Amino acid sequence: MAKRIKVLIAKPGLDGHDRGARVVARALRDAGMEVIYTGIRQTPEQIVATAIQEDVDAVGLSCLSGAHNNLFPKVVQLLREQGADDILVFGGGIIPDADIPGLKQAGIRAIFRPGTPTEETIRFINENVSE
Amino acid sequence: MDIISGVLAGQTRALAKAITVVENDRPGKKELLRAVFPQTGKAFLIGITGPPGAGKSTLTDKLISRLRRQGKTVGVIAVDPSSPFSGGAILGDRIRMQQHALDDGVFIRSMASRSHLGGLAKTTVDVIHLLDAAGKDVIIIETVGVGQDEVDIVKIAHTTVVVMVPGLGDAVQIAKAGVMEIADVFAVNKADRDGAGKLVNELRAMLEMSEAAWQPEIYQTVAKNDTGIDELLAGIYKHWDYVRQAGIDQQKFRSNVERELITYLTDGIVSLAAAHPGYGRLLDELAAKRVTPLEGAEKLFQELGLNCNWEKREE
Repeated sequence: MAKRIKVLIAKPGLDGHDRGARVVARALRDAGMEVIYTGIRQTPEQIVATAIQEDVDAVGLSCLSGAHNNLFPKVVQLLREQGADDILVFGGGIIPDADIPGLKQAGIRAIFRPGTPTEETIRFINENVSE
Repeated sequence: MDIISGVLAGQTRALAKAITVVENDRPGKKELLRAVFPQTGKAFLIGITGPPGAGKSTLTDKLISRLRRQGKTVGVIAVDPSSPFSGGAILGDRIRMQQHALDDGVFIRSMASRSHLGGLAKTTVDVIHLLDAAGKDVIIIETVGVGQDEVDIVKIAHTTVVVMVPGLGDAVQIAKAGVMEIADVFAVNKADRDGAGKLVNELRAMLEMSEAAWQPEIYQTVAKNDTGIDELLAGIYKHWDYVRQAGIDQQKFRSNVERELITYLTDGIVSLAAAHPGYGRLLDELAAKRVTPLEGAEKLFQELGLNCNWEKREE
């Protein structure tokens, strides 16, 4: 069987706006990926435990509450602690320009903000998930 | 290979990696299954099936909580459908079970059906073997949302729970063959809705006509409010006792591994045939109606040196 890319789309933090996350999940499905969606208000610990049990290739984090500077790096850090830093982490949501360098430095490999064509996210995953 | 010892020691990461190896036919699959196979056959396998939206995942979530309180470790395999067009899938059963994400005694894995028919994925039984060998006491297998004919679960699970909800049809639907026949236990979920009493009565009337040795019991639940779950779980265990006393668990193991054998045989023969040099030409002949599919299959078997005749001999 050809490689089937598995992605966890997760919403850390307290906002309940998951339309963006669901649009991305749907687009990845239509690109042939298997997408696990775990719903809103997940803690970084829950997200990491899920990513490990499901053995995903990538985790996409969506946050619209402004807490991304705390929550996104925390997910990367917990993955590292579990020896699962081979999992690709990317993010999306309302994220100011000024925050992007810090997030990238913390190990979030890409940030896709509102208005990004879903093809861009798909291409990023396809190119960066290692065999 | 340390993934094997990891699985046998019940380590989460090793188990998760092993499932990927099995699910994607990666190198090492054979050795892995060889190593765990002798350690299987210990877990209690509960199947949860029923139409989409009946509340299978929410019921599973509540059952996990009860089982954990009883000190049992739990594995869950939640199967959702793959897109027939893109091959992708959205696996959303976990949403209802995330309260257990941080519990080391619960391992949940989503599986896409990858167009396998019957309500499960092709490798679901192999994944059951892995969870079983990793020491899970109870394994819950949640099928895709089923219609009427996706009944593979009954061959695999020791106890099959069919989840029904009021308002899906009348007594004729209930009398039909298929999913309705495979229940060891019925859960009438969303029992706070109109029509629940009527559904229970119709199920009861259907069951009264059955002469099977095991008479399924009907439990009313409202999974969302955690109502009726203790009774349902007690009903599931009642059936499990019956299964063990009647030796059905041994038969199930046999039919379970037979299903797997058949899956691999079918898979193998299809890929053998497709790799045959005459396969493309045969497809052309089929499309031009010079040969029927039945004749085509027979011809291919002959060319592969096998003899297969589909016409049943007269007794």
